[in-house]
Amino acid sequence: MINFEYIRVATAKAAVDALVKDGVAQWIAGGTNLVDLMKKGVTAPQKLIDINNLALKEIKKEGSKLRIGALALNSAVADSELVQKEQPLLAQALQAGASQQIRNMATVGGNMMQRTRCPYFYNTDMPCNKRQPGQGCGALKGYNRMHAIFGASDKCIAVHPSDMCVALAALDATVQVTGPKGSRSIPFLSFHRLPGELPQKDNTLERGELITGIEIPQNAFAKSTHYLKVRDRSSYAFALVSVAAAVDMQRNAIRDVRLAMGGVAHKPWRLTAAENFLKGKEATEANFGQAAQLAIQGAKGYGHNNFKLKLAPNAIVEALKTAVGKS
Amino acid sequence: MPHKKPAPNPNEEGGPAQGRRDFLKQSSLLAAIAAMPPLLVKAADAQLDEKAAAYFEKLPLSVEVNGVTHRLSIEPRTTLLDLLREQLALTGTKKGCDHGQCGACTVHVDGQRVLSCLSLAVMQEGKKVTTIEGLANGENLHPMQEAFIKHDGFQCGYCTPGQIMSGIACIREGHAGSDDEIREYMSGNICRCGAYPNIVKAIADVKKGGQRI
Repeated sequence: MINFEYIRVATAKAAVDALVKDGVAQWIAGGTNLVDLMKKGVTAPQKLIDINNLALKEIKKEGSKLRIGALALNSAVADSELVQKEQPLLAQALQAGASQQIRNMATVGGNMMQRTRCPYFYNTDMPCNKRQPGQGCGALKGYNRMHAIFGASDKCIAVHPSDMCVALAALDATVQVTGPKGSRSIPFLSFHRLPGELPQKDNTLERGELITGIEIPQNAFAKSTHYLKVRDRSSYAFALVSVAAAVDMQRNAIRDVRLAMGGVAHKPWRLTAAENFLKGKEATEANFGQAAQLAIQGAKGYGHNNFKLKLAPNAIVEALKTAVGKS
Repeated sequence: MPHKKPAPNPNEEGGPAQGRRDFLKQSSLLAAIAAMPPLLVKAADAQLDEKAAAYFEKLPLSVEVNGVTHRLSIEPRTTLLDLLREQLALTGTKKGCDHGQCGACTVHVDGQRVLSCLSLAVMQEGKKVTTIEGLANGENLHPMQEAFIKHDGFQCGYCTPGQIMSGIACIREGHAGSDDEIREYMSGNICRCGAYPNIVKAIADVKKGGQRI
């Protein structure tokens, strides 16, 4: 690892000021992804600003919303009784991600900021537009088994690796950020971006903007949620595809529903067409199947990941069945 | 012997090692004096050297490891794993993948299991670290160590310190309620010999014993 300068800050303002002042600096929180990337030589910040002393760890109700501080640990959120009771889908998604050791280090904000695990991004001997714009995409015609089927471009077909973010996308969360121009709130679906012509940009944050927390609005989904993660081994592996399903049932009818997928796009992929189809319909396997077919319209395989075109709709049906207790 | 005071360490503050910052300042000042007109010497010393020196600066760190407080001087890039193994000679914690994928480097920081290979040592200021060397009480092994021997929970033994640290945390967290739960919450510790069934038995046995661990 290339050496770097290190400082600690105690407030969000000091964190923002220090980063804005220093063009070569980067924030560090849990470090589970950043330290790994620095060891691999994928990134080499000249200065790290440690933000762990900021008071951003709280998990609490604020009015009807659930607010989670950006530095709350993944394990603390997953084990929180409040989260398990009010937003069980989020707890399920967090428990499906990484290992307990990593969840004990990784923060909510860091989880959102983690980079893709595309092997071409990680291997500095391979071409990658995300790591080095203009180099080309090694995955496009390479070994792309883990890669996107939605929203990719000819510059990048990487996927966002987070499970937590898939649940937050389904639950209409918002992201609170503060920066040199003040504070703002970003709808979760506008936080991460598609690769387009700028695959080096994972999200819509501007330089110097710090995530302070997330908010999840109250909902009626707590009784019928399921996070289904399909992977190469039963635990501690990234998703081939994952589905976050949350259903509000009225007898056998679907009053409201949220669906999002992971492992299929450069950002958590919300399935709005499938949701709209299911609203007001009966919770039957046939309806789930039709919704799944709507959801994968426009999906495109790149060779090694063609299996996802079949796996994705099957996973959607399975997640919905489990969520409503019919699996 | 966890409570024995370790031998003096050249990396401890106040040791014989001269600070790199001082060395850089002195050496480049001498070079500057030799090569530059006097007015430039002052400017170079104040700016460029300051930047170069800061880049290689060692930072002070106070951290408690297995009950012993260490006052150290470390490079920011030093991981907790390398600090334990290379500077404190605590080689029980193993370096497997060094990328957070195998769990061999698992230690407890303030009671929580974490991966020491992905932890920067400088970020552990004021924290309490427990490694495999800190478990036994004199000649008496920790109940989890006893259980791993009783159930033959290892073959080559390389992953074992990480498995034991993780297994203890698994019970303390309340995640050892069933064999399935143990398997899920131990999934961050890879054993390439495949001793998993016996590792699960060892953890379940300690949990069943109900001892305070």
